[in-house]
Amino acid sequence: MNTPTSYRAWLLTDAPTSRNHARLSSFYKGWLSFRSNPMAMFGLGILIALLLIALFAPILAPHDWQAQDLSNRLQPLGTPGHILGTDSLGRDILSRLIEGTQITLYIVTLVALIAPVAGLLVGTVAGYAGGWVDVVLMRITDIFLAFPRLVLALAFVAALGAGIENAVLAISLTAWPPYARIARAETLTIRSSDYIAAIRLQGAGPFRIIIKHIWPLCISSLIVRVTLDMAGIILAAAGLGFLGLGAQPPSPEWGAMISEGRRFILDHWWVATMPGLAIFTVSLAFNLLGDGLRDVLDPKDGDSQ
Amino acid sequence: MIKVENLNVWFDDGYDRVDAVRGASFNVNQGESFGLVGESGSGKSTILRAMTGLAPTWSGRIEIDGLALHGHKRNRDFYKTVQMVFQDPYASLHPRHSVDQVLGEALHLQGFRDIDTRVVKLLDDVGLDRKFRFRYPHQLSGGQRQRVAIARALAGEPKVLLLDEPTSALDVSVQAEILNLLTDLREEHGLTYLMVSHDLPVIGHMCERLAVMKSGEIVEVMDVTQLRQMQAKHPYSQELIGVSVAH
Repeated sequence: MNTPTSYRAWLLTDAPTSRNHARLSSFYKGWLSFRSNPMAMFGLGILIALLLIALFAPILAPHDWQAQDLSNRLQPLGTPGHILGTDSLGRDILSRLIEGTQITLYIVTLVALIAPVAGLLVGTVAGYAGGWVDVVLMRITDIFLAFPRLVLALAFVAALGAGIENAVLAISLTAWPPYARIARAETLTIRSSDYIAAIRLQGAGPFRIIIKHIWPLCISSLIVRVTLDMAGIILAAAGLGFLGLGAQPPSPEWGAMISEGRRFILDHWWVATMPGLAIFTVSLAFNLLGDGLRDVLDPKDGDSQ
Repeated sequence: MIKVENLNVWFDDGYDRVDAVRGASFNVNQGESFGLVGESGSGKSTILRAMTGLAPTWSGRIEIDGLALHGHKRNRDFYKTVQMVFQDPYASLHPRHSVDQVLGEALHLQGFRDIDTRVVKLLDDVGLDRKFRFRYPHQLSGGQRQRVAIARALAGEPKVLLLDEPTSALDVSVQAEILNLLTDLREEHGLTYLMVSHDLPVIGHMCERLAVMKSGEIVEVMDVTQLRQMQAKHPYSQELIGVSVAH
């Protein structure tokens, strides 16, 4: 049990010896299938790099992200000491991008924690309860769905006040309805199945059935959907920042940076382009990761193994 | 043990109303194995679903173990007394729950606390090796899955098992194993069976008495000895037996 090959055999066994062993084993098999997808690994690599950059931002940044130097403003790419140039106030763009990863991750994490959970709760309860509960919850969902996302977020931010927390809240409020729809559709197919009938016959109540039997089957498709939506969430946050309703200056949020660079875009294109490239890279990474996760987590594939 | 009088089950109301079962009456004695035979769509499974509360719209009288049932709500005593084995073992096990989780949860819901020892005992009871304990349904064969489903039904030590075509989704060789297992379990645990099947030989092997159903009605109740000697009275039963013998 102390060589790599025997660990592998232990993980790949088809006769696990304990609960944790079985869990680890199925996790490892998922990892193996994920690892065989190079594009998904590429996406995962970018996101891990992003995480590390956010963690060590103060060490990695070559300059103070707030330090202004008006005699040194709008320097082009490749300027000694400022590889990505400087912005309109002479601040180092690379340092601001590195500092901005924290804000991006903060937004993405908060939205990813709020929106899918809310959607899952609403969707599964509506789908399992049926009747008027279903009608009421789904009509509320429809009302939220009927608004264009950014416009609704704008209205929320305008009502709550500008700022990064309110931007997160506004994006979450506009992001949950699609999750509720997915969760409800999945619940409708699951709730009439024999294994739900069987556990009802053992005397299980609706909450146990929803949480222990329906959620595990909905979560994998939700995770996939969330990672695919992450790109949209980052873009929405950047859009709010761009419109001046998200992060406020001097915060180095990427959307806000583009917004500042817009004024010089014809003469000094790199000021707006560099944060744009950062947004593009992270969005792409989340999309690739989502594609790979779909292959691993999709329960329809899992069944036919 | 089971008393059914003038049972009607229907689905939907108004124009769409479908009467799945009409005026069905039969008795099953304690420890007996009773069969319901008929073509698909004759309403035999619907009777089981009405008993378990899965088909909510019914009228008439159902009494199990001296307990009259009403509507689609069932209480803890009912779940403790009556359990069901479903037709398709590929659909009756949660795809993300291991055998251990399936049996453990059933035992927990039935109010047992010595779950570890009981899970092992259930696996022994249904003839599954202990190495299957932590496997997931997709790692098991059809016959093994059906054994898990039977173990789950036995978790609460019920008195009555409702069997909804428990072997029709399985290979012929596995069918015999499962039927023998069910016969053994009935002897060991003193169970009462109500078994639904479209397969006369299976019913003839498993049951002492049977009811023949045709388009929602019970046309005849007879002994298995009558079945074996081909002494059915109703022309439909004679036809059914004739077809089955011809095969």
